Amino acid sequence: MRWWRRRETGTMVGLLLLCVALFIATPYFATVDNLRNVAEQSTVIGTLAIGMTFVIIAGGIDLSVGSVVALSGVVLAMTLRAGTGAAIAVALALLVGAATGAVNGALVTIGRLPPFIATLGTMSVARGLALLLADGRPISGFPDGLRALATARWFGLPVSVMVMLGLFAIAQLVLTRTVLGRFTFAIGGNAEAARLAGIPVRGYTTGTYVIAGVSAALCATLLLARLNSAQPIAGIGYELDAIAAVVIGGTSLLGGSGSVLGTLLGALLMSVLRNGLNLLGVSSYIQQIAIGTVIVSAVLVDMALQRRLRHTPS
Amino acid sequence: MPSTVGTTTPATTPRLQMRGVRKAFPGVVALDGVDLEVRAGEVHVLLGENGAGKSTLINVLGGALRPDAGAIALNGETVAFSSPRDARARGIAIVHQELALVPALSVAENLLLGAPPARAGFVQRAQLHAEAAAALTVLDPSIDVRQPVSALRLGQQQLVEIARAMRGHPAVLVLDEPTSALTPHEVTRLFDGIRRLTASGTSVIYISHRMDEIAVIGDRITVLRDGRHVTTVPAHPLQHEQLVRWMANRDDVAGDAAADPMPATAEASRVVHRDPRVTPSAGATSRLRVHALSRRGALYDISFSADAGEIVGFAGLLGAGRTELARALFGVDRLDAGEVFVDGLRVHCTHPGDAIRAGFGFVTEDRKGDGLLLMRSVRENIALPLLRSLARFGVVPRPSETTLAEDAVRDLRIRTPSVQQSVLALSGGNQQKVVLAKWLATGARILLLDEPTRGIDVAAKAEIHALIRSLAARGVTVLLFSSELPELLTLADRTLVLRGGRLVGDVARADSSAERLLALAVGAVDAETHAGSAA
Repeated sequence: MRWWRRRETGTMVGLLLLCVALFIATPYFATVDNLRNVAEQSTVIGTLAIGMTFVIIAGGIDLSVGSVVALSGVVLAMTLRAGTGAAIAVALALLVGAATGAVNGALVTIGRLPPFIATLGTMSVARGLALLLADGRPISGFPDGLRALATARWFGLPVSVMVMLGLFAIAQLVLTRTVLGRFTFAIGGNAEAARLAGIPVRGYTTGTYVIAGVSAALCATLLLARLNSAQPIAGIGYELDAIAAVVIGGTSLLGGSGSVLGTLLGALLMSVLRNGLNLLGVSSYIQQIAIGTVIVSAVLVDMALQRRLRHTPS
Repeated sequence: MPSTVGTTTPATTPRLQMRGVRKAFPGVVALDGVDLEVRAGEVHVLLGENGAGKSTLINVLGGALRPDAGAIALNGETVAFSSPRDARARGIAIVHQELALVPALSVAENLLLGAPPARAGFVQRAQLHAEAAAALTVLDPSIDVRQPVSALRLGQQQLVEIARAMRGHPAVLVLDEPTSALTPHEVTRLFDGIRRLTASGTSVIYISHRMDEIAVIGDRITVLRDGRHVTTVPAHPLQHEQLVRWMANRDDVAGDAAADPMPATAEASRVVHRDPRVTPSAGATSRLRVHALSRRGALYDISFSADAGEIVGFAGLLGAGRTELARALFGVDRLDAGEVFVDGLRVHCTHPGDAIRAGFGFVTEDRKGDGLLLMRSVRENIALPLLRSLARFGVVPRPSETTLAEDAVRDLRIRTPSVQQSVLALSGGNQQKVVLAKWLATGARILLLDEPTRGIDVAAKAEIHALIRSLAARGVTVLLFSSELPELLTLADRTLVLRGGRLVGDVARADSSAERLLALAVGAVDAETHAGSAA
């Protein structure tokens, strides 16, 4: 596919236009400090949105990820405080994320629940578990083993940004080059055709929810490193931001098409927009309106472009 | 709306007159100047094999399609329907085979859908239920009009749909295979309803292949073939054999249709010139042997066998079990009983993956619905069933995948600018080749082809047929499930006929004719005891 036909191109153009406009509107936008700040702010939703991209391309949706961020964050903090060391604590958090993903997958594939309903349920359950484990209070006061994620820099870039970019690169490879990725597209594009091609649809569908759970746990790790505490009420509404990033990036909610590259651009675009509006002193109320408008117009433009491209021979 | 008043006197004016109706689709002339005349108060049976033009004619009558040429007159007045809604407003009611009910709404709400009795915007429930119950008194008074439609059996749903169409006392009521889901008792009720309706002047166009029903309810019969009107005859006495001949025979065309043979006719005549192939040796183990296969409600005690390189056709009316058999063999639907052997070894397929490993490939009848990933490329579609065996450590090596796809494109002569092209942009024939390529890439030894040339233009159809022959020549066993008799006659070494989920005939190529197959499929002759089935 030629570059200008790629779905991400529209998001890229939007992002560049927004950057140019902000560069003109406020001199502070293009400073190194601010850009670094924007990138850092995009890591949380960006990481979360990687898994969401897999789920949505496979034709599902995962509303539970925001709660899973809180649950795995609480588990991570409690394990750290118990003094196990960062590696074991992170591994345990990832396991919690994978397990909730597996539950979501089982509910959808074996229980045949609509993904919306299944993950709405686990969203509430995971939130409740997080509150229960943490007794409703923030958890802090543990060794600084993870602090470096938020503070250290490689070649001037915060480690958290490097980690996010690394995850995106891996996800891009998985999605385009591996059996798992290709089956994800096949299942979302036409589940029945996938089944008739001998693909174990249930297993791979569950796999996408596990990936979403693991990205939620990674997101929780970055969040804990930055805040140096874990909140059982963290991540409320994150699922919607993640879905927005995925959709702005050109992934179809109908399933079967999309990319993690687009999702990265979508997450960056939301982050730049928030930052820009802050710099311009726009009230947070109006920011909400602006973000909603961007989501809807991104999809409208994308749909119009796709219709046109489909009718032109390549 | 242009309308001219007819000049004939009311007493002799037919209820409906369709004159010289022509409708062409890309590559196919579906209706080639069809005439149809329906009298007031008669039950007019429309007969013709698949692709004869029945549905197109009905869709033109119902305003869903605009004819390219021809005229329609209702009670002598020329009409041109701009939409199905328009046709309905003028008294054309059509009950299609696919039900159009809202499952969650009650029977009463469905019966009066669109115009429930209301006062100030509030539905009058008592009146609604009374009117609905009245509408069902003839067809099935036992149905509780308060329960949701989803709680009814399929046959009852069918009756509700018919009752809804009858309620408006339409000028013309079209019933398309109305009895497919009905019990004999319900059929009797339906016929009572039809008689009452015709007595009050409604004309009924009745589409069915069931000779026993036609004998009971029909007044006159019109036979269509290849988009042309063959003949219109009285239904009494019913001339079974003659009707089958009219539906099937391609050389003895009655009346005006003799000129200009259709492409399908040309194709059928090629039967004679086809190269004789070596008959597989009788002593060897069959490639495929199916023994006493059953699936409740769909397939009963099916046994047959097929050799390497053999093309076995499966004929039968809609709902006779063709697709069900293909799905059962491919492990899509669970079997209730029966055994399947490939090269003498018992195989047990509970998932398409098992069937693929056993050497099956399945080209479904709905290639867009469940055969292809339309948005994805030719390469991705062809490689899909093979991805896991191509991959190393879960990573798909792009070069070997591309080679695989390019080889298939060359081998099957798929016309596409490149293997990266999305299949959405390909023609129907080339899409179907992609589906075939997918299964050839897996090395399938038994291909299940369900309507492999549906919706494909004539040239591409011939190409697919040639492809099927060359696959058989390479030793692939082909099971060809088709509703097109010419296709079966052209391709199949022998044809098994299904009726009501049972095998009722095994017709060798030499004895095969459209009449024979059709007669078996509609039950105009008794089931044959077949010598050919080895199982």
